[in-house]
Amino acid sequence: MSAFEWLVAPLRYPFMIRALVASALVGGLCSIVGTFVVLRSMAFLGDAIAHSVLPGIATGVLVAGRGDRRSLFWWALGTSILVALGIGWVSERGRIKEDTAIGIVFAGMFALGIALLSTVRGFAVDLVHVLFGDVLGVSVGDLALIAAFGGAVLLLVVLFYKELVLVSFDPTLGATLRLPVAVYRRLLLVLVAITVVVSLQVVGLALMLAMLVAPATTAYLLTRRVRSMMAVGALIGVASGLIGLYLSFYFAVASGAAIVLVAIAAFLLALLLTPRRGLLHRPARR
Amino acid sequence: MTRKDEAPVATRKIVKRRTRASVVHDANAPAIAARDLAAAYGDRIVLREVTFDLSAGAHLAVVGPNGAGKSTLLKVIGGLLPWVGGTIRVHGHAPRDHLCIAYVPQRSDVDWRFPVTVTDVVLMGLTGRLGPLRRASERDRRLVAGAIERVGLEDRAHRQIGELSGGEQQRMFIARAIAQEAEIVLMDEPLAGLDVPSEADVLALLDRLGGTTLLVALHDLGVAAARFHRVLLLRERMIGFGTPDDVFRPEALEAAYGGCVRMVRTADGALVVHDSACSREVP
Repeated sequence: MSAFEWLVAPLRYPFMIRALVASALVGGLCSIVGTFVVLRSMAFLGDAIAHSVLPGIATGVLVAGRGDRRSLFWWALGTSILVALGIGWVSERGRIKEDTAIGIVFAGMFALGIALLSTVRGFAVDLVHVLFGDVLGVSVGDLALIAAFGGAVLLLVVLFYKELVLVSFDPTLGATLRLPVAVYRRLLLVLVAITVVVSLQVVGLALMLAMLVAPATTAYLLTRRVRSMMAVGALIGVASGLIGLYLSFYFAVASGAAIVLVAIAAFLLALLLTPRRGLLHRPARR
Repeated sequence: MTRKDEAPVATRKIVKRRTRASVVHDANAPAIAARDLAAAYGDRIVLREVTFDLSAGAHLAVVGPNGAGKSTLLKVIGGLLPWVGGTIRVHGHAPRDHLCIAYVPQRSDVDWRFPVTVTDVVLMGLTGRLGPLRRASERDRRLVAGAIERVGLEDRAHRQIGELSGGEQQRMFIARAIAQEAEIVLMDEPLAGLDVPSEADVLALLDRLGGTTLLVALHDLGVAAARFHRVLLLRERMIGFGTPDDVFRPEALEAAYGGCVRMVRTADGALVVHDSACSREVP
């Protein structure tokens, strides 16, 4: 089989074309939003938001039935935004340590989701799809939702780019410039929440964190400005999505896992080889 | 808004500031006026009995042992921390009403691996003025380049910030304050961890910030005495405010440092003597 045939063969199946488009979109989106997750060290927060979607989906399954994918999406979206704002609120109060608060919300919501889902017959299949994704089952309607909400997230990032970077780098400057720092912080959490829900079908909850963090971190090693970190991260994310899906097609590996493994492989490569920050490089000072 | 048309300083501000929120300075009020000011973290009062007037353009060194409340005082003046007692007025208004205050953080509080260049950081000083949705114009970029040139970092303008030396990092933040058109600059321990030449560079740059009201938290009493017109000595409460000669008297230093520090005036300036026989740790 020639390389060309190797590339083209999966495209005979419409479900593969839809899956490739979805993986590329999600790979790019996760990496761009993930840039802020990495720069603000909110990986744990992102993971918590991802896992907290489960009770929303479970409620959707109970209310609308598992066949109604559209309403599952809305339930997931509503829950994730609420949880993101809730976690933001808890962490600003400061009565308990932030990571403790996140951990409690995270585990509590996940347990609630599993408890709710377990009342549904045959819940194991639903749970597997939610946890590990179901990219081969992406419909045209799903693609439209991914594109619409992913586009909205990107638009917000572009519009508020300099404010989001500023509050990530130096919230104190934001305060002396009298910017609404807390509003931008919450906006960022909501963007992460929407990204998680949009990406759910491609990578699943359990591996979501990897897509938010791995391509962005790889780009962090390779670049020196936020803008280029986002661009390079998006490229790596898209490539991971596409390559991962091809590997999944030919080697019959779970697609979400394959995508994540490609992203992690790219990260390891960068970690070893980067000119300035890699393991094989000694910085001049510090 | 209080508007004083007869005051040339105030009218100039109206032209210069096209922004929201910022108040017009009361030309008759001192740059900073504190009366029995107190501040707290949670329920714990960390600073009290601070009373002083600082005129516009004055350079003040805020000195005292660790935990004396130096950073706290700067944060209250910058409008970053609410105060719990007394009053604080900046050009006649509450600190939070001002856009003309720049705060330079301690170097240890900055993520130096953050992927931004010197130009990016200085440009951030304009974010409030630009407002959301707008990008920097050619004119804004020239302003930023000018500020970077004023601190002598033009050959470092496109370096990632972690590649700078400690002194250069401080100068970058001073450039940002210049770009911000700050009239009051608050600096938290700008000399901490700098070598002697870098320290001299930063101090020389501060001397050239004419017209800017400057409040600098410092560890080094000698630098405070030699380079600042006004000093404020703190240890959870204000121990003294005035010229270095007035403030750095043995009884005041004893109150602040517990008798471990003496200051000797010499022809070249002040010499600070740490009493090594005094083993009591400064709290």
